[in-house]
Amino acid sequence: MNSLASTDLGPHDLSETPINLSRRGFLGASFGAFVLGVALPAGPARAQAGAGPAIDPGTRVPAFLEIRPDGSVLLQSPFIEGGQGIFTAMAQIVGEEMDADPSRFSVVAAPPGPDYLVVNGKLRITGGSMSVRTSYERMRRLGAIARRMLLQAAADRLGVPLADLRTEPGKVVHIASGRELAYGELAPAAMTLSVPTDVPLKSPADFRWIGKSVPRLDVADKSTGRATYSIDVAVDGMLLAAVQHAPRLGCEPAALLNEAQVGAMRGVHSVHRLPGAVAVVADRWWRARKAVEALQVEWKEADPFVQRPFPVMPADFSSAALKDKLIASHGKALDAEVVGDVGGAMGKAAKVVEAVYDAPFIAHAQLEPPAATARFNADGTLDLWVPNQAPEIFQRNAAKLAGLEPEQVRVHSPMLGGFFGRHFYYEASLAFPQAMQLAKAVGRPVKLIWSREEEFLRDTLRPMGVVRFKAGLDARGKPVALEAEVPGEGPRFRVNKVPLDKPDPTAVEGIAEKPYAIPNRRISQIPVPYPVMIGFWRSVGHSMNGFLYETFFDEMADAGQQDPFALRLELLAGNARLTALLKSVADLSGGWRRGPYTAADGSRRARGIAMASPFGSEVATIAEVSVSKNTIVLHDIWVAIDPGHVVNPAIVEAQVRSAVGNGLSTALLEEVVYEHGRPKARNYDQYPILPPDRMPPVHVRIIESGAPMGGVGEPGVPGVPPAVANALSTLLGRRIRSLPLSKAPLTASAS
Amino acid sequence: MELRINGMTHQIDVEPETPLLWVIREELGMTGTKYGCGLAQCGACTVMIDGRVARSCVTPVESVAGAEVTTIEAVETDPVGRKVVAAWIDNQVPQCGYCQSGQVMAAVALLKENPSPGESEITEAMVNLCRCATYNAIHAAVRQVAKA
Ligand code: FES
Ligand code: FES
Repeated sequence: MNSLASTDLGPHDLSETPINLSRRGFLGASFGAFVLGVALPAGPARAQAGAGPAIDPGTRVPAFLEIRPDGSVLLQSPFIEGGQGIFTAMAQIVGEEMDADPSRFSVVAAPPGPDYLVVNGKLRITGGSMSVRTSYERMRRLGAIARRMLLQAAADRLGVPLADLRTEPGKVVHIASGRELAYGELAPAAMTLSVPTDVPLKSPADFRWIGKSVPRLDVADKSTGRATYSIDVAVDGMLLAAVQHAPRLGCEPAALLNEAQVGAMRGVHSVHRLPGAVAVVADRWWRARKAVEALQVEWKEADPFVQRPFPVMPADFSSAALKDKLIASHGKALDAEVVGDVGGAMGKAAKVVEAVYDAPFIAHAQLEPPAATARFNADGTLDLWVPNQAPEIFQRNAAKLAGLEPEQVRVHSPMLGGFFGRHFYYEASLAFPQAMQLAKAVGRPVKLIWSREEEFLRDTLRPMGVVRFKAGLDARGKPVALEAEVPGEGPRFRVNKVPLDKPDPTAVEGIAEKPYAIPNRRISQIPVPYPVMIGFWRSVGHSMNGFLYETFFDEMADAGQQDPFALRLELLAGNARLTALLKSVADLSGGWRRGPYTAADGSRRARGIAMASPFGSEVATIAEVSVSKNTIVLHDIWVAIDPGHVVNPAIVEAQVRSAVGNGLSTALLEEVVYEHGRPKARNYDQYPILPPDRMPPVHVRIIESGAPMGGVGEPGVPGVPPAVANALSTLLGRRIRSLPLSKAPLTASAS
Repeated sequence: MELRINGMTHQIDVEPETPLLWVIREELGMTGTKYGCGLAQCGACTVMIDGRVARSCVTPVESVAGAEVTTIEAVETDPVGRKVVAAWIDNQVPQCGYCQSGQVMAAVALLKENPSPGESEITEAMVNLCRCATYNAIHAAVRQVAKA
C-alpha cells in the first residue's frame, strides 16, 4: 500500500518514481567519505549494471524460493510488509501457481537485487498501492516456473515424461502409479535446473487460494510480541545512539556548551556533531537519549551558499501564513485538465458558486519511531537495517555515502511498524546516514533510534492543500462549468526533484479527471514552493483532494438545490461501473438518506456521501454523524470499493478499515502547525491521532467488477473526510471548508 | 536492584529512574514491549504490574521493586492470555503489529480482572492507540473472549 505513483501507472509515471537527482557537495567535506543525500540519477537499468546478461525480474526461482526438506517454503518478497498484508498476498499468488499451500510459507523481505524489480518488471518500491497489481502476472509466473522445475525434477527422477505427472499441494504425483514425491525432496535437484520460459498459468476458475481470505502469515507473531522491527534489531558489539536535531532544518550545530559534562554521564561513549544534528553514542539508548537531550547546543543559521537537497526552514515560517499565501496566490497557472470552454460557460451560467477549501499539513505518525542500525565489516562491506519502501534506492545512496559500491552494501528491510509513505528516500527524514556516520566514527556497529519528538520534528509531511473552486450552474441548478485552481506543490515532483514547469499529477489528482459529466472544466496548478519537507502520505494527493473536491461538490449541489447523491448519480449517467458502485454503497447503508433526521436514540443525525478514484480502484463512502457534548460522533461508515478483482478479500477489507481510520483521523483531528519555523507538536499529546473510542463500525462491500486490478492499501482514505464533512455540514446547516473538523464550531446555523 | 519479570528474578544495575520499558528492552533484551511515544500517550509499552495494566515508558524501574511484572513474552503462559491471543488470531487483528503487544496486554489485564466486560467497560479499558486503526477488530476480539 501507500503512496507513490498516480492513478495511471503508465511507464511514464513509473520512470519518474525512484529517481533522486544528484546533488553534490552541499555540506562540504567535513564528514570524510560521507556526502549526505547524494543519489544517482539511476533508473532500474542501473541496478542491473555489471556483469552478465540482463536478469528478467521474477524468473530466477532460487533467488525467491527455498523449499525445505519438510516442504515448508521460504519466500523472498520484493515488497516490504508493514501491515498491508503483502507477505501473505505474495505467498498466495506464488503458492497458487506453484501448487504449494500458502500457510506453509514464511516470507521475508528480499535483499536488494535485480531479480526483485517486479513492479511492471522494472522497478521495486512498496507504495502507490501497486504491489499486487503491478507484479501479479509476474509473481504468478514465478510460481508456475517453480512448479515446472519441480515437475521436471520428478520426471528426471522417475524417468517418465512430464505429461505423466501432475501436482497436488506440496507434491508431484505420478498419475498412473499414484506414486508421490514431496516438493521437499525434489527441491535440491529442481533448483539446479535451468529456468523454463513457456510455462502456462492456471485458469482463474481453478484457483485454490487466490480470491480466498487466506489467514495472514504474520498475525500469530504480531499477537505475541515475536515480530521484530528495525527498532528491535540487535547485532553483536553494537552501541546505541540518540540525536537532537536542529530546531529548524538547515541550521547546524555550533558550540556544545556542556560537552564535557555530557560526555561524563553514565554509559556515554561519545558525543558527535552531525549535519543538522548532534548525537550521543552510549551503551544504552535510554542513556544516549538522556545525554543528548541534556546537551546545550548553540545552533547556527544555514549557510546560504551550501546546496542542499531540501529547503532551509525560515525562522519566520508559519503554516497559517502559508495558507493565506496560497489562498491569495495568483501566479502562472499550469493546466492539468481543460475540457470545453469554462470561461464561456461560466459567463452564461444562471448562478456562479465560488469557495476556497483547505486541508493542513499532516504527519505520518506511524507508531514505530525511525531506527537504523549500521555495521561496517572487516571485509569492507556495510550492513544496514533500515525501515524503507525501496531497498535498492537506499542501497545506492548508502553506498554513495560510504564510498562503496552498491554490491558492498547489504540492506536489510525489517517489518515496518506502520509506514503510510513515511519510509521513502526523504533526505531530511533519514536515520540511517546518521547511524552510518556514528558507526564509522566509533568503529563499532551503532543502532540509532529517533525519539518520538525527533520524529515529529523531522517527518516529511503530506502537503497542505488549498483549492479555489468556481462552478457555474444552469437554470435548473445543474453544474455546467467547474474551475479549480490548486496553488502549491505536489509530493511527487518534490521528492523526485522534477521542475514545476508542468502540473504535478499528485498535486491535482482527485480534482482533475473526475468522472462527473460537467461539460466545461479547467483544473490548474499554480506552483508555490513550500519551505517544508513534503512527501507521500497514504493516498497521496487524493488524501486531501478528495476532501477539497467532494465537499465543494456538495456546496455546488446545494447552490443548485440538488440532492448530492442524486446529482452524483445523474452526472455519472452512462458510467455503469460507478453507477453500480454508488448504488451499492447506498444499499449497504440501508438506502440513501441525507438528513438531518432524528434517530431512534433521539440524536439528530445526517449523512454525507463522497466518491474517489484512487490508484485504479473506485470507492464510494457514506458517513453518518451527530454532535454530542460539542463533539462530532461518527455512528457508521459504509464503503463500497471496486478494485476490479482481488487476491484476498479479508485483507482488502482490513485495509479499507485501516484507511478509513486514517482518513477519519485526518478529518477530525490531525494538523501539523508550524510557528516560527518549528512544528508545535512533538508528540501525540499535541498531535492527536484517532483514538479507539472515535472509530465507528466500518462496513465494507467489495465489488469485483472485473476491471483491471486496482490498489487496495490507500483507496479507502480519500472518501472519508468529505463524507464526514458533508454530513456535518448538512447537520449544522453550514458549509465547512477547512480541516480538521475539530477546529469547526459545532453550533447549528440559523440559515 | 532486583526485578521480577514473568516469574523470574533479575539483578539489574541501572539508574533508579530508568523507565521500566528500557530496562525490559535493553537490560533484559525482551523487545516485544514497544516504544511509541515515551509519554504515556500511545500504550505500545503496556505491561502488567501485579496484574494491573501499566505504561512502562513512564514507570520508573525503582517503583516496581518487589512487584511482579508481566510482559507480552509471557502472555501464552496464562490461560486468559492464551484465549486473548487466540481471539487476536481468529479476528486477524494486527496490521503493522507495532501496537499489538500493548493491545494484547491491555486486553489480558481487562479480562483477568473482569472476565465478562460489557461494551462500555471494553471501551474504557481499551484505550491504546493504533495508527493502523485496527480498532474494529480489537473490539471484536475482546468481545469474543468476553462472551466465551
Ligand atoms: S510508549 Fe509508553 S505510552 Fe507510548
Ligand atoms: S497494528 Fe499498526 S499501529 Fe496498531
